[in-house]
Amino acid sequence: MSGIISYGAYVPYYRLTRKAIGGGKGERAIASHDEDSVSMSVEAGRGALAAKPAIDTLVFATNSAPYAEKLNAAAICSALDLPAQVNTIELANNTRMGLAALLLGTDLGKAGRTSLVCAGDIVIGAPGGARERDSGDAAVAFVTGPEENAIARVLGRASTTSEILDVWRLPTDRFARQWEERFGIEVLGPISIDTAQRALADANVAPEALATVILDATNSRDVAGVPRALGLKPEQVADMLAGSVGRSGVAHAGLVLARTLDQAQPGDKILVLSTADGCDAIVLEVSDKIAEGRPERSVDHWLASSNNEIAYNTYLKWREILPFEPPRRPDPDRPAAPIMKRNERWKYAFYGSRCGKCGQGHLPPQRVCLKCQSIDEMVDERFADAACKITTYTLDHLAYSLQPPVVSTVVDFECGGRLACELTDVDPSDVAIGDKLEMTFRRFYTGQGVHNYFWKARPQR
Amino acid sequence: MASNGIKDQVAIVGMGCTPFGEHWGRSAADMLIDAASDAYKSAGVEPADVDAYWLGTFASGISGMVFSEALKTPYKPVTRLENMCATGSEAIRNAAYAVASGAYDLVMAVGVEKLKDGGYSGLVIPGPDGDGTESSMTAPAMFSLLAPAYCEKYGVGEGELKDVLSHIAWKNHVAGAKNPKAQFRKEVSLEKICNSPRIAGMFGVFDCSGVSDGSAAAILCRAEDAYKYTDKPVFLKALSVAAGPNEGFISEEYDFTTFQEVVVSAQDAYKQAGITNPREEISMAEVHDCFTATELVLMEDMGFSERGEGWKDVMEGRFDGDGAQPINPDGGLKSFGHPIGASGLRMMYEMWLQLRGEAGERQIKDPKLGLTHNLGGQPGRCVSFISIVGSELG
Repeated sequence: MSGIISYGAYVPYYRLTRKAIGGGKGERAIASHDEDSVSMSVEAGRGALAAKPAIDTLVFATNSAPYAEKLNAAAICSALDLPAQVNTIELANNTRMGLAALLLGTDLGKAGRTSLVCAGDIVIGAPGGARERDSGDAAVAFVTGPEENAIARVLGRASTTSEILDVWRLPTDRFARQWEERFGIEVLGPISIDTAQRALADANVAPEALATVILDATNSRDVAGVPRALGLKPEQVADMLAGSVGRSGVAHAGLVLARTLDQAQPGDKILVLSTADGCDAIVLEVSDKIAEGRPERSVDHWLASSNNEIAYNTYLKWREILPFEPPRRPDPDRPAAPIMKRNERWKYAFYGSRCGKCGQGHLPPQRVCLKCQSIDEMVDERFADAACKITTYTLDHLAYSLQPPVVSTVVDFECGGRLACELTDVDPSDVAIGDKLEMTFRRFYTGQGVHNYFWKARPQR
Repeated sequence: MASNGIKDQVAIVGMGCTPFGEHWGRSAADMLIDAASDAYKSAGVEPADVDAYWLGTFASGISGMVFSEALKTPYKPVTRLENMCATGSEAIRNAAYAVASGAYDLVMAVGVEKLKDGGYSGLVIPGPDGDGTESSMTAPAMFSLLAPAYCEKYGVGEGELKDVLSHIAWKNHVAGAKNPKAQFRKEVSLEKICNSPRIAGMFGVFDCSGVSDGSAAAILCRAEDAYKYTDKPVFLKALSVAAGPNEGFISEEYDFTTFQEVVVSAQDAYKQAGITNPREEISMAEVHDCFTATELVLMEDMGFSERGEGWKDVMEGRFDGDGAQPINPDGGLKSFGHPIGASGLRMMYEMWLQLRGEAGERQIKDPKLGLTHNLGGQPGRCVSFISIVGSELG
């Protein structure tokens, strides 16, 4: 037997109101211009890894892979400072793969393996369409493993695979296409009900014994018949965050599961269903260890920390849908492969160094100490989770950015150490010397086909 | 271990300088030919008389052949050097040491930069390949960090400091208006300066120096030979350079109100020249006013003002063209322009004119000692150059 040991979620800071798009209620979560499915999965993963479990497997699911060829999960592995010996698996091409990744992780748990399962997505719909309006961007991460450490153990599961032309996108397409919705409902509705029933039978759990049922689907009406078929009461059915996040692709079933675990009591039984070209279902039971595995920040905490004053054309610019007047500055340079490799621990895991003789911190890591000039006396130190504050800052109206002005800061870490870095997720008119900050892993830009990841600071969320 | 200096051992005996500005119709080679030709003429020598060359260029070419191919100097030694925005001054320093060593009798230091062919706003700093983690701050952003830090440390209000910075820009525009070779030759009202569109932090457009094309050159020889070439040589009293270890972005103690590199190079230069009270002994200076706040902080780092008092000296007009200690009488980087590799030599060109009484309408009365200060990098992380020059030996 196996289960979930810990988890973490991430909802980006910015929200686009449906009013700004042109109509509708509520808002959707949008990743900033410096985020992607990898960087958001790192943020979610940091929450799940707070207790520093020994991870041997990394599973990453996304439909918005930054690279079509190249192991995207390797950047997650490096940024989360996981050992290079981990087995890495990447799942893609269908929104059900987030829950499929969790199933895989829990299956591996039966074999005694401890996995970090990440699902992150940026969902871009064609302007004016339902997919743009109703989708969201988010990430979630679970650590899965043997049952003895689980905060939620797996009671049962079921799957269905269906060859159906419902939602699809060619590698060369910007936006997914969808067949007439009623056709999808006709095929996937019964499949969803059947899969749910089989999972409950596998778990030997009656529908009325479920505390929460999470119904995720490419089209919410595909699963709309499930509550009635199972005889569920409305309070058993989870809020799918349509008004605050939107459906966040592969991350969504897991995101709502994370929110359910944020509030669950020991003994609660949860059914999670995800429908897309078939259906996956899992039945979980919350254990009395639940309080130990919760992350510092709940889903509702991420939801409360937001800014929805983003104009629609700004969003379209961030997603490279709308061309815009570039600054009269050179395009950013592509980072060089050998240097990224040499400096991997700095660039991805955010290791600086501290002088073993005098204690002076150095970011990036140095061989020679500034203060005492000792050579090769440095000790590596990871600053990713270190608290820091603004020592001085400026608003740079000249620098290249998709969100000018760039807020450039000099940041001092409480543990000792200084860094010049960019601030993100910040209102330029609301920055002050002394403001408390935290570090966040970001995709700075893409230069000549190479994504450039590194760390920025942001006001504490 | 010591910086012995070469006080009064080397003299400048000829100089040339092109107008600075947006020279759309002229190449780096064109400008080198013009500046070098003027320098030969000024010293009354032929190209064949010059034994060796030091060419400073930041990014307008690689190797000494940028010069030797432009001027067709036949197989003479030409060294290209670079020390960021202090590049032009490094050409003078290295040329001077070569003469002082006795290796050569007559040499040229020449600098050039062609910035306006790039098509970008502001200075573009080419760098080696990187890992993509380097700070993306532009030059105005880097230097704009000085302003709030100064306000905080000395209790100066932001509005008050903005007036100080605007005064510096205004002063340097007044000077530029009197200089036929300057890029910007118009006085600009304090109101217009103060309200110019923001570029970075407290800096508006008028707080920033010009981005320019230009070239300048100097011919140097041993002091004892100087009068063979001119009646009014300029003698080198001190040459100093300090390169920082990046204290500003490692040490939490650095507070962005000083350039330690400038403090060290100034003290070294004063020692070489035997100066104990720079505020009184230095008649005039050309300093690296890449941004207005830089000039303010330099006044304190070089000992022209007490710590925290520089802003008062600025407002009292001490550094104006008719003040007690004129700073940037030729308009500085602000108005003369800043073609990187040429700027250090342009500063020396103003010393050359002033000390020889040839500065025309902006001539300072009876200057004794002049100082040039050239800086490359950013607050907390830079190279600083200082020279002291005079028209008399001793």
